[in-house]
Amino acid sequence: MTKRDIVIVGAGPAGLAAVVAAYDAGATDILLIERDGKKGGILKQCIHPGFGLHRFGCELTGPEYAQRYIDEAEKRNIETLTNTFVIDITEDRVVTYQNGDGIFSVQAGAVILAMGCRERPRGALNIPGTRPSGIFSAGTAQRLINIEGYMPGKSVVILGSGDIGLIMARRLTLEGAKVHAVCEIMPYSGGLSRNIEQCLNDFGIPLLLSHTVTEIHGKERLTGVTVSKVDEHRVPIKGTEIYFDCDTLLLSVGLIPENELTEKAGVVMDRVTGGACVDAKRQTSVEGVFACGNVLHVHDLVDFVSSEAELAGRSAAEYVLSAQHCEREAIPVKAEDGIRYTVPQKVRPGDEAEIYFRFSDVSRNVTVTAYAGDTALAKKKVPRAAPGEMQKIKIKVPEGCGSVRIGMSK
Amino acid sequence: MYDIIIIGGGVVGALCAEALSKYDAKILLLEASYDLAAGATGANSGIVHAGFDAKTGSLKAKFNVRGAELMPALCKRLGAGYKNNGSLVIGFSGDEEQLAELYARGVENGVKELALLGKEELHKIEPNVSPDAVAALYAPTAGIVCPYSLAIAAAGVAMDNGTELEYNCRVTGIEKTEKGYKVGCENGKFFETKYIINCAGLHSDDIAALVGDTSFTVTPRRGEYILLDRTQGGTVSHTVFVCPSAMGKGILVSPTFDGNLILGPTSENVTDKEDKKTTYEGLQKVLEGARRSVPGVRAAAITSFTGLRAVGSTGDFIIRKSADNFLTFAGIESPGLSSAPALAEYAEQTLLSDGAVSKKKDCYKTERRPAKFMSELSFDEKNEYIKKDPAYGRIVCRCEEVTEGEIRDALINNPPAKTLDAVKRRVRAGMGRCQGGFCSPVVIGMIADRLGIPYERVEKCGEGSYITTGRTKGDVK
Repeated sequence: MTKRDIVIVGAGPAGLAAVVAAYDAGATDILLIERDGKKGGILKQCIHPGFGLHRFGCELTGPEYAQRYIDEAEKRNIETLTNTFVIDITEDRVVTYQNGDGIFSVQAGAVILAMGCRERPRGALNIPGTRPSGIFSAGTAQRLINIEGYMPGKSVVILGSGDIGLIMARRLTLEGAKVHAVCEIMPYSGGLSRNIEQCLNDFGIPLLLSHTVTEIHGKERLTGVTVSKVDEHRVPIKGTEIYFDCDTLLLSVGLIPENELTEKAGVVMDRVTGGACVDAKRQTSVEGVFACGNVLHVHDLVDFVSSEAELAGRSAAEYVLSAQHCEREAIPVKAEDGIRYTVPQKVRPGDEAEIYFRFSDVSRNVTVTAYAGDTALAKKKVPRAAPGEMQKIKIKVPEGCGSVRIGMSK
Repeated sequence: MYDIIIIGGGVVGALCAEALSKYDAKILLLEASYDLAAGATGANSGIVHAGFDAKTGSLKAKFNVRGAELMPALCKRLGAGYKNNGSLVIGFSGDEEQLAELYARGVENGVKELALLGKEELHKIEPNVSPDAVAALYAPTAGIVCPYSLAIAAAGVAMDNGTELEYNCRVTGIEKTEKGYKVGCENGKFFETKYIINCAGLHSDDIAALVGDTSFTVTPRRGEYILLDRTQGGTVSHTVFVCPSAMGKGILVSPTFDGNLILGPTSENVTDKEDKKTTYEGLQKVLEGARRSVPGVRAAAITSFTGLRAVGSTGDFIIRKSADNFLTFAGIESPGLSSAPALAEYAEQTLLSDGAVSKKKDCYKTERRPAKFMSELSFDEKNEYIKKDPAYGRIVCRCEEVTEGEIRDALINNPPAKTLDAVKRRVRAGMGRCQGGFCSPVVIGMIADRLGIPYERVEKCGEGSYITTGRTKGDVK
């Protein structure tokens, strides 16, 4: 079995940023593994602008953003395997992968998990009706249009107002399709406000809040969908049905971190984020295994994926380069009322940490406070709180406290 | 002129074709749909019943017990997924008498190893069943099978032995000729044959009527199912039934051969033989029913679907000569899958005694490698395959870990896949948790290349089910 200091699984934005940061922190013996034929991950198909505002102070398209990191990785001559699929990771960091040359195992000093996420399919929603062609997850439709160059359909309804759904409403319209409506089961959109403005309002595409698809019609190809209003418990209200004649239904109903390998490695998971539980350095419960990007928790902006991945990359380098690992006892970070989750879920006294979090609900003019016991560590005012927009708060964890709490008050 | 035409490429038709393909006979399998196993075979519970449920002396009882005996070796030979996981009919307070009746009937039907379990024993072997369950009938011989892979594998072996297959051939007319029959299809094709085996599932009454046999009818009974993610596959290890009623065996909770958890079916008599819609009420009923026997069932669905059972008007399987040299299998509802190997055996014996087949071929195939085989191999074995052909190393469907080589083989090997769903049935590409989100754009391309058609002509499940509508606008000029 070969040995490498660091093995990084996934050459999307998270894996690429991690690789560069780990290398620059002195860990140069790195193997980067990518299942696709090219580096860049999902950014390859995100040809719209809006990336890089935080990171580079300018608007880039997805491929442009990815290219900046691909170039950096290439400058450092990082060994990269593409068309290579990791099939197993053990608790003692043996990474087994498979490609056209065979199956190989490598003993890694540290592993960085950067596998990204996948879309929730129709089946997960159990939408009643037939099973015709013409139902796509929004990302699949995006790939068909932007990579393969084929239209998934001409007359479209979109379920779910997540960012990919919004982006695809505009993309399909620009390609000549008619987008009848974007339906959202919640009373608010899960996407970024700027995407609602630029992708729906600018094109006159209606956003139907508190609406969902309640029946799928058509035998071979989709012929239409029934959309109904839902009550406050998200149960469809009888008598509110609207029928849309359409040949295509796009689903943008949530992203699921792709953690099958993480679980194989025996990592403790967070049921809310769907990703691993990590400390401030993005180390999981398994020593030497780090996670970052959408495999850890679904981000809204790639800019934050990059910074999180750099943190994981530096931490992994530090882990393999230091001879001793004497970590102090970690303490939990608790998400209190109004806060859905935090990442990291654990910190250590002395840590200077940025805590990412999401709100559970939409509200205005709230104050978020991080406490250690009854002492406020940091406060942040948020004029418009929405679950769709990830937030962060910076804290320094004091000595001798048993936990950190993140709470919200109006 | 064919010696035998088999109408219907479900599990019964495919197994008949396989059993007869070893004889010196020219055989044609006619399938109305775009692929085999597109009817009830493709949408059922996938259970090999032990055989205690059917009335003693009925055809269902006889063929079920025999079929279940034949199933393990048959599946092994054909490379179709089979697992002997055992079944439990759980009883709540008041059900004890019915369980005892089922037990007695099972013994009379010849089911081996049946046992009545008390509460403690039940919860010991299946800890996740409802704490309210007080007793159970345990059938260790029951199993789970992947029904469509069985039908496809059987048809594949038959074709390797020379059987011909026509997709999209819905039979609409049968004429008696001097030497046998002339069979006409909706698409204008017609074929002559000496012998017909009617395994047309829901339409077997329509087919029999074409030669004047109107002695029975077949009506559809809808059943809705929910399939859960593999992470839930271990919720129970046995197939868990509740006590049966007049409408069937109730809503079961079972692991599938492929490691998912299946819940269902509902049971509703309908008239439309094509209506495979799922409904809000139906899916709710499935979940509620499943939770009654296994309260911890999570709503981690990856897909839901409806199957139509072919219910015969006699209440039993209908196995008869509809005319000379015309054998009909109708009303093959549950336990039809379990019985299918025995039905094929019966067909073989019948055709032998009718003189329709006699001499076996000098050499014929009886075995086949599973279509999705790479993930079952050891590392050394995998490396050997990959060394010979790198396509076996490249994974296309990441959820089910299906390689490019396996998908390519599914497009080439008998019976060849021509659509996205046909690929999925053979090698499970697109059948996993992302439901083809990542792999379908690649698989569509592979199908287009193989069939020599443009990308936008590739279909999901037969005519009219196109996936893309054409090129994007292209470069700005």
